[in-house]
Amino acid sequence: MSLKALLRPRTLPFFRPWAQAPAVGCRYLAHVANIEDIPNEDDKPFTVPVSEASFETYNFDPPSYSLETTKSQLKQLYHDMTLIRRMELAADSLYKDRKIRGFCHLSTGQEAVAVGIEHAITRDDKLITAYRSHGMTLMRGGTLKSIIAELLGRQDGISFGKGGSMHMFCEGFYGGNGIVGAHVPVGAGIAFAQKYSEKPHVTIDLFGDGAANQGQVHEAFNMAKLWDLPIIFGVENNKYGMGTSAERASAMTDYYKRGQYIPGLRVNGMDVLAVMSAMKHGKEYVQAGNGPLLYEYATYRYAGHSMSDPGTAYRSRDELKTERGNDPISSFREKLITWGVFSDDQAKEVDRRIRQRVNDEVAEAERSPEPELKADVLFQDVYVRGSEPRQRRGRTIDETYYA
Amino acid sequence: MASPRLFRPAARLLSSRLSATRPAFPQTACTPSILRFRGYATQNGTKEVTVRDALNEALAEELERNQKTFILGEEVAQYNGAYKVTRGLLDRFGPKRVIDTPITEAGFCGLAVGAALAGLHPICEFMTFNFAMQAIDQIINSAAKTHYMSGGIQPCNVTFRGPNGFAAGVAAQHSQDYSAWYGSIPGLKVVAPWSAEDAKGLLKAAIRDPNPVVVLENELLYGQAFPMSEAAQKDDFVLPIGKAKIERPGKDLTIVSLSRCVGQSLNAAAELKQKYGVEAEVINLRSVKPLDVETIIQSLKKTGRLMCVESGFPMFGVSSEILALSMEYGFDYLTAPAVRVTGAEVPTPYAVGLETMSFPQEDTIVGQAAKLLRL
Repeated sequence: MSLKALLRPRTLPFFRPWAQAPAVGCRYLAHVANIEDIPNEDDKPFTVPVSEASFETYNFDPPSYSLETTKSQLKQLYHDMTLIRRMELAADSLYKDRKIRGFCHLSTGQEAVAVGIEHAITRDDKLITAYRSHGMTLMRGGTLKSIIAELLGRQDGISFGKGGSMHMFCEGFYGGNGIVGAHVPVGAGIAFAQKYSEKPHVTIDLFGDGAANQGQVHEAFNMAKLWDLPIIFGVENNKYGMGTSAERASAMTDYYKRGQYIPGLRVNGMDVLAVMSAMKHGKEYVQAGNGPLLYEYATYRYAGHSMSDPGTAYRSRDELKTERGNDPISSFREKLITWGVFSDDQAKEVDRRIRQRVNDEVAEAERSPEPELKADVLFQDVYVRGSEPRQRRGRTIDETYYA
Repeated sequence: MASPRLFRPAARLLSSRLSATRPAFPQTACTPSILRFRGYATQNGTKEVTVRDALNEALAEELERNQKTFILGEEVAQYNGAYKVTRGLLDRFGPKRVIDTPITEAGFCGLAVGAALAGLHPICEFMTFNFAMQAIDQIINSAAKTHYMSGGIQPCNVTFRGPNGFAAGVAAQHSQDYSAWYGSIPGLKVVAPWSAEDAKGLLKAAIRDPNPVVVLENELLYGQAFPMSEAAQKDDFVLPIGKAKIERPGKDLTIVSLSRCVGQSLNAAAELKQKYGVEAEVINLRSVKPLDVETIIQSLKKTGRLMCVESGFPMFGVSSEILALSMEYGFDYLTAPAVRVTGAEVPTPYAVGLETMSFPQEDTIVGQAAKLLRL
């Protein structure tokens, strides 16, 4: 099935009996319960249920199984997830057109994690993640155009064309980090700074199931608990670290229990409402000074590890098909239609507008010039402005750059 | 007994007169030191200070000056520092700002980098730089490169410090010199102090610098005392990063050195003078990155001969770089091939005799200089 097929509206059964689901990958399936008293107003709060199968806890009370929200927020969640999906698909086709170089890791399938987290925290909270970062960057406030332009290596890129796919930064967002596991203690340091500066905010420190086996991840756990840092570690378990399945890499795949002395929670990462509810709950817990938490978002990556990986050698087509049946966007869309938040036509209109917006911003990004090919640009930003060394060597002595 | 009594009132008179005139001439503070009156008061103001105390003073002053600064590392707080460099800081600044970490270099180094990304100015102490090899990914990939990768929107003001190079009888795993390793990385600044003034001025500069800076100290120098000028004793004393110092002027040979080897080179220069009447100019690099190419080449133009002295491994080292630069910038001025005296290409042995054979000694430097000068 092509990625584009995902965007075709599909008829999914509203309720799936658990018994029917296959044994693997069935942990969380969209479960649409009817709700009553949906307000007409877009901004009037009401409560929606969160599926009871959304959480597994470890030394931790489960989050609320109902979530107070508004129609406009629910629509926004749908909008944001669809926007990430369209952006990633645009990146996919730009890569195939050979316009994007090097690495490009897509997060199709994992949108609910990025969107659910962002809607449960504020802009004062900090977030750091690994290299599958396009969606997070968009959620943290990076513009679509600047992200695409960065992928294209253009001047208007969010890092001015110097970072590329894995290295995007903005206010409250610390990348985009390319060394598996290394950013986890860095995230602990961001939380340390929040505590040191007596700020009441939290840090979200995301990494993958592959990174979870890195030694320094456990060093970070230790210090975070030792010093009660305001941090929520999050394992985005998409079941594969590159082509190695979690079972083949981890002696124990209950990642939420791996903090040992840190309370943990496994969340259905395919359900944006579950992620949101879990994050709200976790943020309250951490803000109360209880120390760190370890979350595991059970999710799935549709694409290969990176663009050079078709993602078929190490997993079956059946598995992919099953996981796609549990798509975070289409299942959420079904929910919203069932609940009467929007109609099928309105959803299609949202999709259409997003497609148009992505097309427009991609075109605009493509119009952005490449960075100027001069030494001033090449050597700029190696050091903080005003503190640069007087001279730096280029390829030859004649290309030596004098600041 | 009589003389102090006699002199005391006069001294008081002198000092009060000086203090009365001081506000009238504030610009004296800005004049180059060479033009300044070097009299009785300055002579008296110089104080013998160990490198350890100079580093301690620099840390205390910077912790005092900036609330965003804190120090973390193994045994820095309650134990007062494995080498007592952080002695007394816990008592003075409390556990919030002087932090003992678990023995997890990658972890606490990464944490320091994260705190720096989030706007603090951490000082990350490694018990020795040999252990920082566990964390070198954080220093290079997380600290040095982030500012560039972010297109200049994400600075990282962090200082990494600790003893570097060999100590006495600690064998291979505890004896490596990392000057060349860190010196090769764009985005880092690297300093290597020798004297007490170097130690204080460079560490303070490193902490204030908005980039990640690696301060490579030397364990064997910690207990060594150096004269410290009155200016250097003040809390605003900062040395510029990237500027070398001519420790001994000369006209026949340029010896470029860093860290502990500066002292050895100075002794060797004295011996060269005494034995052969040769005037060797000794340059203390102070800063490995950026490297003060100008001072080296200026000196080379004057002397026509260049020798580098360092205790790192010979291959791809600081000396190799300086020799390459002398080819690029000073080939026409060289009257003899430039030479280097370095550590030997062996993992440092434990036995004292073998250890001595592994690192430059004063007679090695003198011998090599004599050969270079065809004496």
